Amino acid sequence: MTGGIPFNGPFVAVAILIGIAFYIMVSKRNMIKLVMGLSVLASGVNLFLITLGYREGGVAPIYTNAPPGIMVLPVPQALTLTSIVIAVAILALMLSMIVHIYRHTGSTDSEKSRIMKG
Amino acid sequence: MAVSLAVFIGFLVAAALLIHPFGHPPAEMDDYIIQNTQSETGTNNAVTAVVFDYRGFDTLGEATILFTAVTGVVMLFRKKKKEEG
Amino acid sequence: MSKIVRSMASLLTLFVFIYGLYIIMHGHLTPGGGFQGGAVFASGVALFIVAFGSDYLHKSLKEHNLSVLESSGALVFIGLAFGGLAVVFFYNFLVGSPIFGHIPAFGSNPGDMWTGGVIPFMNLAVGLKVLAGLSAILLVMALATNVAEVEE
Repeated sequence: MTGGIPFNGPFVAVAILIGIAFYIMVSKRNMIKLVMGLSVLASGVNLFLITLGYREGGVAPIYTNAPPGIMVLPVPQALTLTSIVIAVAILALMLSMIVHIYRHTGSTDSEKSRIMKG
Repeated sequence: MAVSLAVFIGFLVAAALLIHPFGHPPAEMDDYIIQNTQSETGTNNAVTAVVFDYRGFDTLGEATILFTAVTGVVMLFRKKKKEEG
Repeated sequence: MSKIVRSMASLLTLFVFIYGLYIIMHGHLTPGGGFQGGAVFASGVALFIVAFGSDYLHKSLKEHNLSVLESSGALVFIGLAFGGLAVVFFYNFLVGSPIFGHIPAFGSNPGDMWTGGVIPFMNLAVGLKVLAGLSAILLVMALATNVAEVEE
């Protein structure tokens, strides 16, 4: 590298968010807490997609009554829309499966509902 | 397990410091889109033009995902009808 | 829920529905569009379910009608995509034609409603699909957890 290392504030925040989400998913046993960890992971990835497309001193890429200045990139914002909808769909299916597992086995511990034993 | 988690988070932070500096992304495709949105698609909103016109096929796939999720949730909560006789 | 909550909710749900439809309709001029307006509409339905109970809503709104609404939205979207098949699969065949085909001047301008080509129709189709789908998910899950409490 020729220059120094740039201090990218938002990218380091994304890395810390993903690290916290992985710690939650590895070390908790309650099923609802696993779903919460997955939701934090999805939020971290959406934040990463948006901060990839920022130009310094830019305005929103919409021409209706636009203030003068250069515009930020519109393509990462379109990809983030799709990612948010997919996260909602995954969350709905996981929560309904947790309701079924609770009615079938009687507890929300992920160790007590293993199918293959022995 | 704590050691492997610390190594993983350290790798993520190091990768975050080596991406391009924060305000200057490499952008040739987006410059073309910003210049030619109003003459090719006719809208004022560049984000809607990208979602529905330049990349409309991804929106079709996402509509399919939403439809599949709704079908799965409604199917999981059906009641069994008791047979009479 | 109590009398105050029910009267305020029946007044405010109407405004939330109008706001959601406004965001869907003006998707080609202001930030917003199909997905965002559908999500706002579904949060209005969630307010109604919390204030009045899911049994009250289930008497007048079955899941079958919501499923028909969602499927018709998806079919209109695919039909519009096949409409420009003379050139390419998702071609915008209404730019320049008299229906929605004005072309705005380059640069900052106050928005003209009749621009956009085939995009306002696609916004309406996707908005209908998202609001019917999210409302169906909310209604089915509220009904299932409600009945389980009554049985035990």
